[in-house]
Amino acid sequence: MSTRIKEIIVLAFIIVFCVVVYLGKVMGWMQGIEFPAWVSATVLGIVGLSLLWILIRTIGGKLVERRVVFLYVGIAVSLPLFMTLSQKITISHEVQALYNALVELPPGSKVLVSFDYDPASAPELQPMAESFIAECFKRDLKVIMMGLWPQGPQQANMAIEMALTKEGVPSEGIEYGIDYVNLGFQAGYEFVIQRMGSSFKSMFKTDYRGTPYDSIPLVKNVKNFSNIDYSFNLSAGFPGTVEWVQVAVDRYGLKLGGGNTAVQAPTVYPYLRSGQLIGLLGGMSGGAEFELLTHTEAKATKFMLSQSLAHIIVIAFIIIGNVAFFRGGRKSALRGTE
Amino acid sequence: MRKEIPLVITTIVGVVFVIAYFVPHYPFNRMNGWFSDWFSIIQACAIVLGALNLLLISSQKVIKRKEGWGYAAVIIASFFLMTYIGFADGTRFREPGTNFDWMYNRMYIPLSATMYAILAFFVASASYRAFRARNAEATMLLLAAFFVMLGRVPVGDVISGFMPDGYQLSNLASWVMNFPQTAGQRAIMIGIALGLVSTSLRIILGIERAYLGGD
Repeated sequence: MSTRIKEIIVLAFIIVFCVVVYLGKVMGWMQGIEFPAWVSATVLGIVGLSLLWILIRTIGGKLVERRVVFLYVGIAVSLPLFMTLSQKITISHEVQALYNALVELPPGSKVLVSFDYDPASAPELQPMAESFIAECFKRDLKVIMMGLWPQGPQQANMAIEMALTKEGVPSEGIEYGIDYVNLGFQAGYEFVIQRMGSSFKSMFKTDYRGTPYDSIPLVKNVKNFSNIDYSFNLSAGFPGTVEWVQVAVDRYGLKLGGGNTAVQAPTVYPYLRSGQLIGLLGGMSGGAEFELLTHTEAKATKFMLSQSLAHIIVIAFIIIGNVAFFRGGRKSALRGTE
Repeated sequence: MRKEIPLVITTIVGVVFVIAYFVPHYPFNRMNGWFSDWFSIIQACAIVLGALNLLLISSQKVIKRKEGWGYAAVIIASFFLMTYIGFADGTRFREPGTNFDWMYNRMYIPLSATMYAILAFFVASASYRAFRARNAEATMLLLAAFFVMLGRVPVGDVISGFMPDGYQLSNLASWVMNFPQTAGQRAIMIGIALGLVSTSLRIILGIERAYLGGD
């Protein structure tokens, strides 16, 4: 069988699998599928043994193709979604600090949440947004949402929709314009933050729905950052947490917490250490820790098993790659994987 | 004049922004506000210009049947479809329940997330092929990556469960992120900041003119 035919078969299999999963999700019969603990343990055991076999083959001089790596990553991120194994999540200092700053706020405090990301980063950041807003509602904090990315306000709407379904959130008494508002997107990157420092209204004449700024009870008395008690920035790049720190925190003294993708989180650690950033939810693990703290375990917690397995797979293949490197020299090791 | 006018605008705006940072009083605060508003206006126009440019380039690709013209055709079709549906839904096109919202939730989000998720596969493959312990520095980097990758997920503490509290992999990962990593980031940030200051000064003073295009 030629490689081309093999590729077509694999592609067809993946498409059929995706269609079946999608239909299952839409029709609801996929919701209840969960592996018993023994099946999960068996699957993980098979994956572990097969990795050991690949290592032995590599020591024997037979290198694996990168398609095998892709296959393992696919398995690592998809199968754990059906597993029910529980993991102990440790709360990091930066997540605890963000949570502590939130719980110290008296009821009625105004919290500004900026959605500076798009759907590409939503799997990491959306769970943070949902649990953060749910916690604000539980504590009767008023949420003002906005976005420096065009897709941000729509992500905000989705987060509100999910937050209102969380346990403990009094969805009946929460009203748009009084308990939360979506100011929408404004073009201008950090200049928007700078202008908000003197006047919110100059940047947001109306909210997302077109209601004039002065007609919204929640924000009509909010002039600038001095009327904001706490802010939370969900960021996937530029403009994001770095710009909020440089302009809103440094110039206007805003109290800021951050929620970043795992890729971006390391770049904001210096601000955390210097106290410019109160706390940080870094990547999906940060989201899972926050869910644990707020007792709203949801997507981030569930996806941690996938992330754990994916990290182990990557580490295993790095070790295998290095075994090949030391065994056969650099050139042959690279040639074999192409 | 095609170069002189942009140079004068750049110099005035640059100088005003620098002064306004240190002297946030009239007239600099007012001018700062004007220029910030103008930046927003220009950026909003640039978004439209960018969209039209994408359309133009894609159209040329399709007309001349260049390599990958099929993808360009998909871009054009998607562009017009989303635009049409957005306009058809009126001013409240982004609100939940509209056709535009349906397209956003059912097409744009899954496609964007898929594109980003592909990164995981390439990162894994690239790590396998290139992340080698070639020398002492590379080995240290490799070890730090191992500790952080394991320490950042719950399985790390399962593996290091035999260690006393405070010495498990999650603690080690936190230490790596908070100290060596932060120190490295600070050095990079200071370097970038110094570079930015010197480049900005060159642009404000009209020494650096590459951004104007031409020769």
